[in-house]
Amino acid sequence: MSEYEFFRVLWWALLGVLLIGIAVMDGFDLGTAILIPVAGRTDMERRVIINTVGPVWEGNQVWLILGGGAIFAAFPPLYAVAFSGFYLAMLLLLCSLILRPVGFKFRGKLAGTRWRTIWDVALFLGGLVPALVYGVAFGNVLQGAPFRFDDMLRMSYEGSFWGLFSPFALLCGLLSVAMIVLHGATWLACKTEGAVRDRVRLAGTIAGLAMLALFVVGGIWASRLDGWTLQSFAGMDAPSNPLGQHVVREAGGLMTNYTLAPLTMAAPLLALAAAVAAVLLLRGARHPVLAFVCSGLSIAGVIATAGVSLFPFMLPSSLDPNASLTLWNASSSLTTLIVMTIVTAVFLPVVLAYTSWIYYVLRGPVTEADIARDTHTAY
Amino acid sequence: MDVVELSRLQFGLTAMYHFLFVPLTLGLSVLLAIMESIYVTTGRTVWRDMVKFWGTLFGINFAMGVATGITMEFQFGTNWAYYAHYVGDIFGAPLAIEGLMAFFLEASFVGLFFFGWRRLNKIQHLVVTCLVALGTNLSALWILIANGWMQNPVGARFNLATMRMEVTDFSAVLFNPVAQAKFVHTVSAGYVTGSMFVLSISAFYLLRGRNRGMAIRSMTVAASFGLASALSVVVLGDESGYTAGLNQKMKIAAIEAAWHTEPAPASFTIVGLPDMAAHETRDAIRVPWVLGLIATRSLTGTVAGIDDLVAISTQRIQSGMLAYQAMLALRANPTDATARAAFDTHVEDLGYGLLLKRYTPAVVDATPAQIQAASWDTVPAVPELFWTFRAMVGLGFYFIALFGTMFWQASKRQLERRPWVLRLCLWSLPLPWIAAELGWYVAEVGRQPWTIDGVLPTFLSVSSVPAGNVAFSLAGFVVFYSVLAVVELFLMVRTVRRGPEDLIELPELLGAAASTPAE
Repeated sequence: MSEYEFFRVLWWALLGVLLIGIAVMDGFDLGTAILIPVAGRTDMERRVIINTVGPVWEGNQVWLILGGGAIFAAFPPLYAVAFSGFYLAMLLLLCSLILRPVGFKFRGKLAGTRWRTIWDVALFLGGLVPALVYGVAFGNVLQGAPFRFDDMLRMSYEGSFWGLFSPFALLCGLLSVAMIVLHGATWLACKTEGAVRDRVRLAGTIAGLAMLALFVVGGIWASRLDGWTLQSFAGMDAPSNPLGQHVVREAGGLMTNYTLAPLTMAAPLLALAAAVAAVLLLRGARHPVLAFVCSGLSIAGVIATAGVSLFPFMLPSSLDPNASLTLWNASSSLTTLIVMTIVTAVFLPVVLAYTSWIYYVLRGPVTEADIARDTHTAY
Repeated sequence: MDVVELSRLQFGLTAMYHFLFVPLTLGLSVLLAIMESIYVTTGRTVWRDMVKFWGTLFGINFAMGVATGITMEFQFGTNWAYYAHYVGDIFGAPLAIEGLMAFFLEASFVGLFFFGWRRLNKIQHLVVTCLVALGTNLSALWILIANGWMQNPVGARFNLATMRMEVTDFSAVLFNPVAQAKFVHTVSAGYVTGSMFVLSISAFYLLRGRNRGMAIRSMTVAASFGLASALSVVVLGDESGYTAGLNQKMKIAAIEAAWHTEPAPASFTIVGLPDMAAHETRDAIRVPWVLGLIATRSLTGTVAGIDDLVAISTQRIQSGMLAYQAMLALRANPTDATARAAFDTHVEDLGYGLLLKRYTPAVVDATPAQIQAASWDTVPAVPELFWTFRAMVGLGFYFIALFGTMFWQASKRQLERRPWVLRLCLWSLPLPWIAAELGWYVAEVGRQPWTIDGVLPTFLSVSSVPAGNVAFSLAGFVVFYSVLAVVELFLMVRTVRRGPEDLIELPELLGAAASTPAE
């Protein structure tokens, strides 16, 4: 394996880690926001729910910003094609992401019922829309996007906004919502008490069962979809240029890697087993932290499943399969990948260390008494 | 309007909106760290209450800064996809490093800043506040390294095999003199903004005769820090001008409306009416020598005039055409040695060749008239730059005078003696924002017609998205951002009017805080 090939595979894997980081860390915030109207009946209950993520959502959101930055730095063509191709969906995501911080910060500032209801809706949408868009985006990546390149490598995209919502993509969107609601419910089960906790346990169970069903149906469906195979290309350490490769499209292609390397079946199996465990632990109520860990693992399994199904593709083109982006033709230069690797090796452990310390400081449930005591400064 | 103009308008508006929140975050975070340090060393609870009060305003502002910042990162992909492809290899790294090294730090600890008062001891909480301040400032560093590279693209070269710029020397990108000068200038401007914010609101309380203890202390801190920052913003702005004089001669010439090269040392035009069509500045009032001294720091260095720089652009465009021609030849036959040699000779000017794409997509068949037109395209909007720059500099000197006055009064313990000075402080509140926005206008409009100076023209950088989509998103941003601005302003004013009493929890007033266990 050449040096360039190694760093490309490394960054493909790190991108997966970052996507899992976004879904696990930002995911429980999103799930919590979706659960506000379901689990919080009174204003006090809703404040408890919001304040479980109050001190941490800002840090969690950085996973998303880092994810964007890392795709930009490590796979610039992927960043260019995905963000401009899915233009309106990205702006929809953006608006809902802006609603969320503002909602957290502004809701508690005034006491009026109407004011708080407005921000409850904003927070709910700010949780639901990103969860849905992430899933729909994955569905579109699995099915390929309608783009091509000219000889200056300028990309043109020939799809529409509504074209993103194919039945399969919508199923992926629902899977994403179910998965994130389960994850939010396991978080809330750790951080709340009493009636709220009972409600999130029920909601989480329903979401977990829905997630399992959607994952199985999605898997069967995906096995019948077209996949892509690299027939010929410039090489795993060739300069990043998506022109000059030959790609064929064939039914069942998304399953090829599981046949070639049966060990990769671990990804979908992890998704299933961990989701089952999360639901059971949530029902049992004695080990909510373990339920949270399991639901995180099942998210990791789902994202890894998508990655394995596509490998080595990152964004196939349904319009011109030969223009498909793979990790061999869409990465940064070797120098940039090395610099980024060094920076990540130094700073990611530091980030994980202080994040852990912060969660340790904030350990324990949020109670109504806590909110009452800090009623002016709490969200 | 076409997709280029719409995308520029959208990026410009969202960037300027984002920068309403950034400088206050930069300045207030440091002021909070200063106030809390005083609390920890003296143990006087008034300083802790000040941290809580200014911290609440900081929090409202911080949330908006974070929210609008995501828009900026996304737009490089959504609206500037060819840019993202063409320079992502260099430009993406500082953005990613910013997330990992800086933004994680500030955003993770900002939660503990608000929610950690009961769970942390004094020293721990002070460390948390300092880390937030450190994170925001590091964040600015990495963003300005990215922006500095757009102004002065060092340490990279064009790779024909990948059709994009690739990094050759990462440390050159990191220690880019333009980036370093911009960083200190921008951060100082943030400190001025934070200081003015504290100064003005404190003046409001003193004029009303309320919260005096807190207001006088706040004002003293803001006046000292503000004076140091205002001095630094002007001095380091001069440094910025000097590095731009070395690297972006066209920008300096446009700012000064220097149409023709003068014998050294060049005179500085204080005011005048630059005329874009006639290539002259009417009714100019000039001070001899000053521009030459600022831009070259010598009596012998010349400041190149616009017409000489346009002549250089013409040469570079002609050279860029040869690079483009060689590129096409190499694409047809990668082993063509003559074409390879020609390409290597002229590749530095490829970006200038691309300027012709506005007139002829084939580039190599450009007529002399088209080359001439493209050469004049390298001149940014002179009258706008001339005036925005002068307004910014004028404000800079005003800040020095105002903070200097307040510092003098604070050291004589006479802050409340002259109400008209307090009123002046209050009314000066919006000025640092205006100065900062003007500064970005000068920096980024002065960079035109390039997104990456000399490398990639702006009109080529856009995404291939329908103009209707961009018009739709632009309208959406205007409506959405306007609503948020109204809500934000309403909450800010309300928090200020209600004052610090509103934020101090009842048990603390009763002395119960001391007996609450740390956990």
